[in-house]
Amino acid sequence: MLRWIVWRDLILAWRRRADALSTLFFFVIVVSLFPLGIGPETELLRSIAPGVVWVAALLASMLSLGRLFANDHQDGTLEQLLLTPQPLYLVVLGKVVAQWLTSELPLVCIAPLLGVQFGLSNETLKILVISLVLGTPVLSFIGSIGAALTLGLKSSSVLISILVLPLYVPVLIFGAGAVEASIMGLSPSSLIYLLSSVTVLSLIFAPWATAAALRISIE
Amino acid sequence: MLSPSEGRINWQGANIHSLGEEYFTQLTYFGHRPGVKDELTTFENLRVAAGLSGIALSTQKAAEALQKVGLAGRESVPARLLSEGQRRRVSLARLAICTTKLWLLDEVLTALDKTAIAFVGSLIEEHLAQGGMAIVATHQDLELSRGLTQRLELTK
Repeated sequence: MLRWIVWRDLILAWRRRADALSTLFFFVIVVSLFPLGIGPETELLRSIAPGVVWVAALLASMLSLGRLFANDHQDGTLEQLLLTPQPLYLVVLGKVVAQWLTSELPLVCIAPLLGVQFGLSNETLKILVISLVLGTPVLSFIGSIGAALTLGLKSSSVLISILVLPLYVPVLIFGAGAVEASIMGLSPSSLIYLLSSVTVLSLIFAPWATAAALRISIE
Repeated sequence: MLSPSEGRINWQGANIHSLGEEYFTQLTYFGHRPGVKDELTTFENLRVAAGLSGIALSTQKAAEALQKVGLAGRESVPARLLSEGQRRRVSLARLAICTTKLWLLDEVLTALDKTAIAFVGSLIEEHLAQGGMAIVATHQDLELSRGLTQRLELTK
């Protein structure tokens, strides 16, 4: 059943690829504006790179979260999804996985290219990608709670940001911290481990919370 | 629909809240909004709906169901190009393939023409004849054979 949801959402995303592309372009543009604005000061750029890339990733994920359940809610397919004979946990998991694949994975793939603009070394770029691979699923999972809670509200996109961005703080600290440690020549492994634990926790608990929030929003 | 404002809903003697997904395996719901994805084709819409309900649907069967609801030849048309009535027919095709016992049909006749309404009637009768149940809420006339049905008229 899980594969039907993922398959469905991937096809929908492909047929509406402008949505996913706009998230990617937003990320690329925000990150690229910093080197242009600050100028060719390698040391400064290198030290702000982790924060800039990670904050841009958080903001970019905000763009795609509003659509996570809103479209399905509008055309009535969400009702059908809620009434399918399978745990709602799996339905949510499938939707979040598809959202990550279409909106977050492209950011992870393009991040090394953007990192080069900041003069990051190969080793650091590797850590940047690892931290994003581990951290962006948390953005999708926690974000899904916010998306479910604000479903059907008028100013939902603003509300999602207010609800969800503070919850992103641990991911931001661990993710950007790991990259920073790598820049300073320290071992980032402890922060990577912390980040992984946040990822596992959100994988276990967030779909459950999202399912509960969806039930409340639909009733 | 799931949590009543008063009283409780039982399915075969057990409260639906304690049954959870078990209840949903017996239920097909047809709501105000057709639940059809604009970006998917008619055929894909039906296949996804079947897959999510755990029904293995062959291409043959899907084509038959779509033909039944009068959408033959439109299998690969994206749903956004269909009219409102046709979109509801896509959703109706779900009823033609589902194997559930209980149908909850809320304003199922909206935006349907006479032949489609007659078709819905025959679909429900067939379902009832096979021992199924259907709760239909409607503002339009739906003629069903008397023996199997009960009519509740709600007035203010």
